[in-house]
Amino acid sequence: MTQKRITKELQEVLATPPPGIKVNLVDESNVHNWNIIMDGPADSPYAGGKFQLLLVLPPEYPFKPPKINFKTRIYHPNVTFDEHGSMCIGILKSEAWKPSSRIPNVLTAIQQLLLEPVPDDALEQATAQKFKEDRKAYDKEAREMTKKYAK
Amino acid sequence: MDSDDDFNMSSEEEDVLEDSDNDNGSVDDFGFDEPEPDLGYTQKEQVKKEKRTFDTNFKVYHPDDIQAQQDDLIDEVNMILDIRKEDAAILLRHFRWNKERLIEDYMDRPKKVLEDAGLGPSTTGPPKLEVIPGFMCDICCEDEPGLKSFAMKCGHRYCADCYGQYLNQKIKEEGEAARIQCPQDGCKRILDAKSLDLLVTSDLQNRYHELLTRTYVEDKEQMKWCPAPDCQNAIECGIKKKDLDKVVPTVACDCKHRFCFGCALPDHQPAPCELVKKWLKKCADDSETANWISANTKECPKCNSTIEKNGGCNHMTCRKCKHEFCWMCMGLWSEHGTSWYNCNRFEEKSGSEARDAQAKSRVSLERYLHYYNRYANHEQSAKLDKDIFTKTEKKMISLQTASGMSWIEVQYLNSASHALQTCRQTLKWTYAFAFYLARNNLTEMFEDNQKDLEMAVEALSEMFEKPVDELANAKLKVEIMDKTSYCNKRRVILLADTADNLANGVWKWSNNN
Ligand SMILES: [Zn+2]
Ligand SMILES: [Zn+2]
Ligand SMILES: [Zn+2]
Ligand SMILES: [Zn+2]
Ligand SMILES: [Zn+2]
Ligand SMILES: [Zn+2]
Repeated sequence: MTQKRITKELQEVLATPPPGIKVNLVDESNVHNWNIIMDGPADSPYAGGKFQLLLVLPPEYPFKPPKINFKTRIYHPNVTFDEHGSMCIGILKSEAWKPSSRIPNVLTAIQQLLLEPVPDDALEQATAQKFKEDRKAYDKEAREMTKKYAK
Repeated sequence: MDSDDDFNMSSEEEDVLEDSDNDNGSVDDFGFDEPEPDLGYTQKEQVKKEKRTFDTNFKVYHPDDIQAQQDDLIDEVNMILDIRKEDAAILLRHFRWNKERLIEDYMDRPKKVLEDAGLGPSTTGPPKLEVIPGFMCDICCEDEPGLKSFAMKCGHRYCADCYGQYLNQKIKEEGEAARIQCPQDGCKRILDAKSLDLLVTSDLQNRYHELLTRTYVEDKEQMKWCPAPDCQNAIECGIKKKDLDKVVPTVACDCKHRFCFGCALPDHQPAPCELVKKWLKKCADDSETANWISANTKECPKCNSTIEKNGGCNHMTCRKCKHEFCWMCMGLWSEHGTSWYNCNRFEEKSGSEARDAQAKSRVSLERYLHYYNRYANHEQSAKLDKDIFTKTEKKMISLQTASGMSWIEVQYLNSASHALQTCRQTLKWTYAFAFYLARNNLTEMFEDNQKDLEMAVEALSEMFEKPVDELANAKLKVEIMDKTSYCNKRRVILLADTADNLANGVWKWSNNN
């Protein structure tokens, strides 16, 4: 049952990917691990960067939300600046996730997060502090990190 | 303890013992509950009539009561507003069981209230599973003919399997019940119990109702679960958060667990919640400094041989040199039974000695350790007293058969053990409390009360450790019963005084910590 839903979603995303996003399977024989390439949104300091993310669909999908992490380092209040690239985003919290939610919703939510960080719900406190207090310095740092890691 | 019983009673204590009427042998006093104070009978009359100042009003509810309360409220709303019981339940949960506010709001704007509670406009009839031609489930993407599906009144339709699996995930995995929404992204419609019954097995239905009962208690400000493991009872108490600097609301569940309604920690009278929180944090932060204290062995101050503490009593006698000393302050025990007793009080050195920062911090550490030592010691001693009791109880059973004493006749040891437990619990917290007190007359009075209780408790603890054959002695038995009731009385006096002062806001807090 899960398989049918996942296959259908995958077909749809491959046929009409959301703007700025490319999807392929990490391993063709496993529909649960998706490789995502996300362009940094144009109106953000991440513009020009290409960010790789790993999306994992748990066996209980779609009753449990997918897990998604940045593989490319990103300087952002809501994403850990380490090899995990974990993020905290509303739609993926189990109390907010609905089995009818779709993966493109998740991906566009992440694009939205790149455009509008939520410093009050931060995973990187120092980054959030900078975002709130010195937006210019934050933008500069984010641009530099994008250049460094997301080429 | 292996010393002779040469404990000196203070004259004050003797007076009390002489004129107290010894009715503490009655069955009443043998209970495990909070010991009744055994005051001279004029005072006793008063105590029976008036509530003691440190007592809190509360009610214990068993699982059946909790269910019945909810059912009554649901029935009432069902009648008054003329809506389905399932909807009344959802509305009540939405309003956190504030029936008055629900009815008022509903009368004003029924549509808005229904929508906010996740009971938006109806599009279909009563809940049922249906087979709809051409239906495809948006969750599993199945579309085979004959697929049974379900939709709540919002009309968002999914196959029965997916609906069931979704509910299973919410109820079993996430422990959600009162606020399960329709599976549709963005739909806030709340699932009702009738729809649930259509979709899941009976064990999941039971779990759902269990969880609903939980939220009922958690939603009510005046209700709390008893924190004892495996206890299903809840306590209702009118004490609000803002009252917690004026009262220490200790409540007792029917399972015998005594805890603070304010913070759910075990009974911490006389110290108020805020202070307890501060103290526990301090102890955790300074745990390294204080670690050595819990050690169970110390050296005899006279001959340096190692002495192990294996009972609650602080009166130590060195096996080797027979030196008698106090485990807490290592001072001479002979001074402890008299009015010279000063073991509980921290003597502040004059300011001239502590001019530089280093000396000051040493003094402040000494001060902390004075209180921490005694706090930790009473906790430890309570455990040791309990161990002794368990051992004694076993011996008592054999003694009973040997001496022909009835079970009820040896219950005085049970009462004594219980008094030791509650009094040490109180004493423990008096030290945390005293740590935060400023030096003044009130504090001195508090320390006098503390001293009286502590002396009585140590004396009882010492009697308690006598060998079983001595314990059976009629004279010692009377002494233990007297001391037990005296301890309980001193505890009541201390708690009442402290509670009065707290209620009147007259305690002055120290600013050097
Ligand atoms: Zn389905
Ligand atoms: Zn819906
Ligand atoms: Zn209980
Ligand atoms: Zn408390
Ligand atoms: Zn010695
Ligand atoms: Zn002492």
